[in-house]
Amino acid sequence: MLKRILAGALALVIPFAVHAQGQEKVLRAVMHADVRVIDPIWTTQTIASIHGMLIYDTLFGNDANLKPQPQMVGKYEISPDRLTYTFTLRDGLKFHDGSPVTTKDVIASLKRWGSKDGVGIRLFSYVVKQEAVDDKTFKMILKEPYGMVLESLGKSGSSVAIIMREQEALTDPQQQVKEAIGSGPYKFAKDQWVPGSKAVYLKNKDYVPRPGNEPPSSFAGSKIPGVDRIELVWISDPQTAMSALVNGEIDFYEAPNNDFLPILAKAKGVKLMMTGKIDSTQGMIRLNHLHPPFNNIKARQAMYHLINQEDFLRAIVGNPEYYRVCHGLLTCGGPYENDGGSAFLKDYNPKKAMQLLKEAGYKGEPITVLFTTDHNTITPATQVLVQAMREAGINVDAQSMDWGSVVSRRAKKDPPANGGWNIFITTTGGVGASNPVLHTWIGAACDKGLFGWPCDPEIEKLRNAFAFAQTDEERKKIAKDLQTRAMEQVVYIPFGQWNTPLAFRADKIDGVVPNTGLAVLWGITKK
Amino acid sequence: MTAYIVRRLFATLPVMAVVALFVFFLLRFAPGDPAAIIAGDDATAESIAAVRAKLGLDRPMVEQFFVWVWSLMQGDLGVSIFSNLAVTRLISQRLEPTVALTLSTLFVAVALAVPIGVVAAWKARKLVDRLVMGFAVLGFAMPGFVLAYILIYFFAVQWQLLPVQGYKPIAEGFLPFAESLILPSVALGVTYMALIARITRASMLEVLAQDYIRTANAKGLATDRVLLLHALKNAAVPIVTVIGIGIALLISGVVIAETVFNIPGLGRLTVDAVLKRDYPVVQGLILVFAGAKVLVNLIIDISYAFLDPRIRY
Repeated sequence: MLKRILAGALALVIPFAVHAQGQEKVLRAVMHADVRVIDPIWTTQTIASIHGMLIYDTLFGNDANLKPQPQMVGKYEISPDRLTYTFTLRDGLKFHDGSPVTTKDVIASLKRWGSKDGVGIRLFSYVVKQEAVDDKTFKMILKEPYGMVLESLGKSGSSVAIIMREQEALTDPQQQVKEAIGSGPYKFAKDQWVPGSKAVYLKNKDYVPRPGNEPPSSFAGSKIPGVDRIELVWISDPQTAMSALVNGEIDFYEAPNNDFLPILAKAKGVKLMMTGKIDSTQGMIRLNHLHPPFNNIKARQAMYHLINQEDFLRAIVGNPEYYRVCHGLLTCGGPYENDGGSAFLKDYNPKKAMQLLKEAGYKGEPITVLFTTDHNTITPATQVLVQAMREAGINVDAQSMDWGSVVSRRAKKDPPANGGWNIFITTTGGVGASNPVLHTWIGAACDKGLFGWPCDPEIEKLRNAFAFAQTDEERKKIAKDLQTRAMEQVVYIPFGQWNTPLAFRADKIDGVVPNTGLAVLWGITKK
Repeated sequence: MTAYIVRRLFATLPVMAVVALFVFFLLRFAPGDPAAIIAGDDATAESIAAVRAKLGLDRPMVEQFFVWVWSLMQGDLGVSIFSNLAVTRLISQRLEPTVALTLSTLFVAVALAVPIGVVAAWKARKLVDRLVMGFAVLGFAMPGFVLAYILIYFFAVQWQLLPVQGYKPIAEGFLPFAESLILPSVALGVTYMALIARITRASMLEVLAQDYIRTANAKGLATDRVLLLHALKNAAVPIVTVIGIGIALLISGVVIAETVFNIPGLGRLTVDAVLKRDYPVVQGLILVFAGAKVLVNLIIDISYAFLDPRIRY
C-alpha cells in the first residue's frame, strides 16, 4: 500500500530518467569481504583471488578432487625424465582489450607469481628456465623432477597462478598492477567499481570456453559465463545481508553468519548448500617459538592438554552439523588425512599441562595472547583459550585489539615485553591445508616461515619429499610422517574444523557448485 | 557581513592545519599496519616489509608528513593504499549518498519535530504535551541501530514495502531514490526529532510567556498566527542552533545508518578505511568532515542575523 501511495504521489513529480537495465541478467552476490585490491598476486586476500578468477584465466584448474585439469592449456607433454614440461595454449584466447594471449604474457605472469606466492616460490626454486617455442607453446625446464608442477599451476585459494598481460605482469610483485585486464569469462568494470561497496563484472562475449560444455568443478570445467553482469555487493552487517537475501535483494551470500543459518534454512526460496568436502575452515593456535616459554618443546606440547576441540567448536559454530573434531593438521576428509601425532590432542588434562609448563621452566610469567575483538570466529576461540589457560593457573596477559592490529603485531619478532607476543589465533582454508606443500602453516622454515617461526629442518625435508613422491602410497606415508613430526614440534595447535554453507536464492539462480577453495561464480545462471 | 564571512573563512585555515597535524600523527601512532593487511594471512614478515617499503611507510614519519602536506597544498588528497584510486574519487563517489541521507534525515526530523514541539508548548501539561515528551524520551533512549533492525524486520522483511538495504542514486529515478532513504532517515532521524521537539517546546514555552504574546492574544489574533508568526519566529534562534548541532552530529551518526542499511556513504568509507589503516583515505575524510563542520557552524552563525535583527556582525 505504501508503495502505491508513494508511487501515486511521486509519479507526478518524477522528472528524472529511470535507469533502464532492460533484460540484463544480473547476479548480485555478497561475499565474505569487499574487493579493495585488484591485484590477486600483490595480496593473498581470498577476495582478491575471487575477483581474479572472474577476470583472469589459469593454465590449469584443480577440480573438486584437487586434480589439475587443463584450462588455458590445450595440450601438454611431460618428458620421460619429468624435467621438461611443454605447454601449448588453446586457440582463441584473447585478453579483454582484444589482444591475443601469447607465451610472452604467460611466462611473465608465472615469473611474477613464482616470486611472490609461497607455492609459486617453491615451484620456481626448481625451475631452471621458461622458454617460448612460439606464441602458443612454451617449455618449463626443471632442475629436479618436482612432482607438484600442475597442482601448483592449478591451485585454488589465495594467490592463484593467473595469467595477465605481459605489461602488467612485468610490474614489481611488491606493487599493485594498475589495470585489471585478463582473458577470463568476465571483464572488470573499473569505472563502476566503488571500493567498499560494489565491484562490477561484465560478461566477456569473446571468451572461448574449453570445448565440451564441461560443468564447473572448482577451477576446472568449461567456464561459460552464466549472466550478463555480476555485482559483488559488500554488506558489512551480517544481519542486513541475511535480510537482503530473504527479501530477494541479493541472490547469493557466500558466508552467512552461523547464528542466522536456522532462519535462512526456513526462508522461502533460500537454499543452503554445504561447501565441498574439504572446503572447510581449520582453527589454529599459533605459538611463538622464538621466546620463552614456547621456545621449549615441552611448554609447546603442554598446550595440547588445554585444548578440548568441542569447547572451541561449540563457541564458534554451535550446530554440530557444521563442525567436526579434527585432531590432525592435514584436513580431515582430505586425501592425506591421517592420525599421525593425533594422540597429543586426545588427552585434555589441565593439571598435566601446568606440570609440563613448570618442567619447561615456566614460573608464572605473563603469557601475551593477542586477543582479537572483531572476528566472528577468532574472537570466541580466543575467549575459550584464555579461559582454559586461566583455569589451568597460567598468568595470561590478554591484549585486546582489532584484527588489523593483530595482523601487524604478529609480524613482530621482539620479546612479548617489547611489543611481541606469545600466542595468537587464526584460521586457514581446508583446501590448502589438505596438501602438505600447499599448506604453508605446517612449514617450519625458521625466519623464512610464517609468524611463530617454527624451525625444524626435518619438517621441511618431508614437505620437499612429498613434492617429489611418485605414487599416492608414497605421498600418504610422507604425509603421515610429516604430520607426526609437525605435531611433535607443535607448529600449531588445531582446534577443529568447520564449514560455512553457501546461501542462495534457489528460486532465482541455478548452477551453484560447492566451493573447493574459492566460490565459483562464473557458472551461475539466472532463472 | 561580507568581511565577517571572509574573516571566518580565513580562520578555518589554522583549524584545518591543526586537524591535519593531529590526524596524521594519531593515525601513525595507532597500532596497525596497512602493509600487513595488504600482504594477507599467508604473507611472511619479509613480504610485509617489502610491501611497506614500496608504499613508503618505512620512511621517517616527518618526511611522510611533509610529502602529504605538499600534496595537500596542490589539492591532492593522495591515493588509497588498497584500491590505488584517488582519495578525491573515493570521496566523490560516496558524497551523494551521505548528503542525501543527511538532508532527508534533517527534513524528516525538522518537518515533524518543530510542529509537534509547537503543539506541545501550546498544549503544555496536557495529554498531547505528555505524549510528545514521552516520544522524546523514547527517541533519546532507543539506540538508532535497534530501531533500524525493527524497521527492517517489519517494513522490509515482513511486509516487503521497502528495501532492506542499498542506495539508489537520484539519477535512477526519484521513487527508488526515496524508497532507499525512508527507513534509514526514520531510524536516524528519531533521535534528532526528539532533540529538536524538546528544544522547540522549551523555547516556545519561554516565548509564549512573554508580554507581547499576551498582547497578541488580547488583540484577538488567531492562534495559528500567534504561534507561527509571533512566537515561533522569536523562538527560532535556539532551535536553529540545535538543528546546526544536529547536522554536525549527523555527520558521525550516519555511520550507523550507513552500516545497517548498507548505504555506500562517507561514514562507511571512514570506518572501512580506519579498520584497514588506509591512511590517505582516513586523512582526507577527516579533513572533509572538519571542513563541513566549520561550514555548518558558519551558516548557522550567519542565519542568526536573519532570524534576530538585534544580531549584527
